[in-house]
Amino acid sequence: MADSTLIDILPQLASGAAHTHALGFVFEGLHDEASPRIRVPYRPEWIGDPDTGVLAGGLVTTLLDHVGGLAVWVAMDAFQPVATLDLRVDYMRAAEPGRDLFAQARCFRLTPTIAFVRGWAFEDDPSNPVAASQAAYVVNTSRSAKTEAAA
Amino acid sequence: MTPPLLDRLPYARFLDLRTQMNGDELTVVMPFADRLIGNPMLPALHGGSTAALLEMTAMAQVALAFPGARLPRPINVTVAYLRTGRPRDVFARASISRAGRRVAHVLAEAWQDSRDQPIASLTAHFLLEDGA
Repeated sequence: MADSTLIDILPQLASGAAHTHALGFVFEGLHDEASPRIRVPYRPEWIGDPDTGVLAGGLVTTLLDHVGGLAVWVAMDAFQPVATLDLRVDYMRAAEPGRDLFAQARCFRLTPTIAFVRGWAFEDDPSNPVAASQAAYVVNTSRSAKTEAAA
Repeated sequence: MTPPLLDRLPYARFLDLRTQMNGDELTVVMPFADRLIGNPMLPALHGGSTAALLEMTAMAQVALAFPGARLPRPINVTVAYLRTGRPRDVFARASISRAGRRVAHVLAEAWQDSRDQPIASLTAHFLLEDGA
């Protein structure tokens, strides 16, 4: 369980950067102790297919990438630089037009250099996901681990 | 000439994606803007904005090769982040590795200063209209 210091800054980490702020991300609490949840409000600007009104896949990917990073911080119980190494997203079904989208993630293995994360995006029921993600994050990026990982 | 597909997709417009046509190959540019920043300390682009650029580029390339009434729908995407996205313009190109009747497999790369130093790569599958 994350200590109170990290929990206090999770809302800021969810929406504090320019991109996440522009997208309107909102922190929606920790679930099952270690799984942060965030929400993106439905807006016409986030539509990927104007014929259906379905949210863009790239927005869902961004949401899952971001909530995965929060899950790593929760697992570390600290705010340290992390960088996404890779991210796979399966789009199981179209998001329902007009509805906010939630995403939740869990870090199920944390090593000194890599965090392994899985996440889900859904409208109201995590067991009926719009999309699922599997991702690896490099931690300790202060030592330029991202460059090492890319080499 | 028909305007580029991405010009009519709201999320592509939010990212300000600009399509360049060269024969049957697209290059998509995501001009730098502050709202793309994910890490203000470095500063660096949000990985999600780069991923969205790659996915939109891949989809536009598939739609160009297989025009249909409906847009190709992503089945899955895998993004590898190779270098930090700096606060500069990003370019992306995609190539279709194989397209069957229902599914297309696409590779895409994004770069900034030099095409041989990609900042991210994408592997994706799209469902073609036939697969509905």
